[in-house]
Amino acid sequence: MTLDPSPDLAEVNQLLTPTFGDVEPALASLHARLARDAQLLHTLDVAYRVVDSPVGKLLLAATDRGIVRVAFERENHTDILQVLANTISPRILEAPTRLDNAARQLDEYFSGIRKEFDLVLDFRLTRGFRLSVLQHLPRIAYGETESYAEVARAAGSPNAVRAVGSACATNPLPVIVPCHRVVKSDGSFGGYLGGSEAKRALLTLEAA
Amino acid sequence: MQPRQLATKKPFEAVVQEQGATVLRVCRAVLGVHDADDAWSDTFLAALQSYPALPAGANVQAWLVTIAHRKCVDHLRAGNRRALPTDNPPEQSSRLGIPGGGHPELLDAVAHLPPKQRQAVAYHYIAGMPYKDIAELLGVTPEAARRSGADGVKALRAALAPKPVLAHSSPKGDSK
Repeated sequence: MTLDPSPDLAEVNQLLTPTFGDVEPALASLHARLARDAQLLHTLDVAYRVVDSPVGKLLLAATDRGIVRVAFERENHTDILQVLANTISPRILEAPTRLDNAARQLDEYFSGIRKEFDLVLDFRLTRGFRLSVLQHLPRIAYGETESYAEVARAAGSPNAVRAVGSACATNPLPVIVPCHRVVKSDGSFGGYLGGSEAKRALLTLEAA
Repeated sequence: MQPRQLATKKPFEAVVQEQGATVLRVCRAVLGVHDADDAWSDTFLAALQSYPALPAGANVQAWLVTIAHRKCVDHLRAGNRRALPTDNPPEQSSRLGIPGGGHPELLDAVAHLPPKQRQAVAYHYIAGMPYKDIAELLGVTPEAARRSGADGVKALRAALAPKPVLAHSSPKGDSK
């Protein structure tokens, strides 16, 4: 027996783990309670959830002003959340209830029941000409398309065809703000931040 | 003008995912399982509130343990004041069984340590905090903090060591 053995972390942790190791079940309900309390106390700046869809998992994020971001899986949700932390606030939690309504409407949209979204949107991630392009897009009816040139005209800058392209490519609210309805003048799909397969899937859904 | 990269901070969700379990273990060691949930909630709610003000390069775990320490102290004080059952018990469903199941003797052993020893053991051995920081939290000298930790571990070892009398040694391997 040594006089004062200096026990190492691993050994003591082993000693304590049987009691304190099994924290996982409690953590799930504690997380839900934290999300709820934070919402009530207005300390949650960005709430998010991930929903399944025919075009892959979608990240939905909302501020207290409205839906602020929809992101495809290929955009990398972890990266997107980091960008939201940098640009809006790091006070971000997975808090599904703030997005219940959006999730339900998206579900209806993908089932073909819903033709337009009735959601409060927060456009703070875009500005200027891009914002005016995005604000025009919901006026393209479900099942219809417009060319980049037509959108440029509608947004008040007929020569800004390329800028329309970049407005669509940086749309923070895809699917809900229907940039997938903007196609090339020759009728081909054009690019899409969710991938051309996703764009094809959305237009096919709307054509049905 | 600061380069953007220095200003980046993880989403708070990542902090909860990475540190939630450790903070809960710390709270359980200091307060026991019953009050640990409330202390955990108070800790993360306060942390969320002040997260934007935390310097980007700060040690997040040490910051959380410091907050958890204060919240646990609040609970310990409230517990001491409380002669009668509380008027408004926390609204939560009871979980069946003893969390961590099957080792009530260990819970007991920890609960019987003096608070300073529990704190020192929790902060040093569960959260990996250096004794000089623990000393600051507890308002004692680093030597005293180190002694509390060592005494706490010694007491736990003694309480948990296989008893020379084997009458009560059966729970150990039962659940396997």
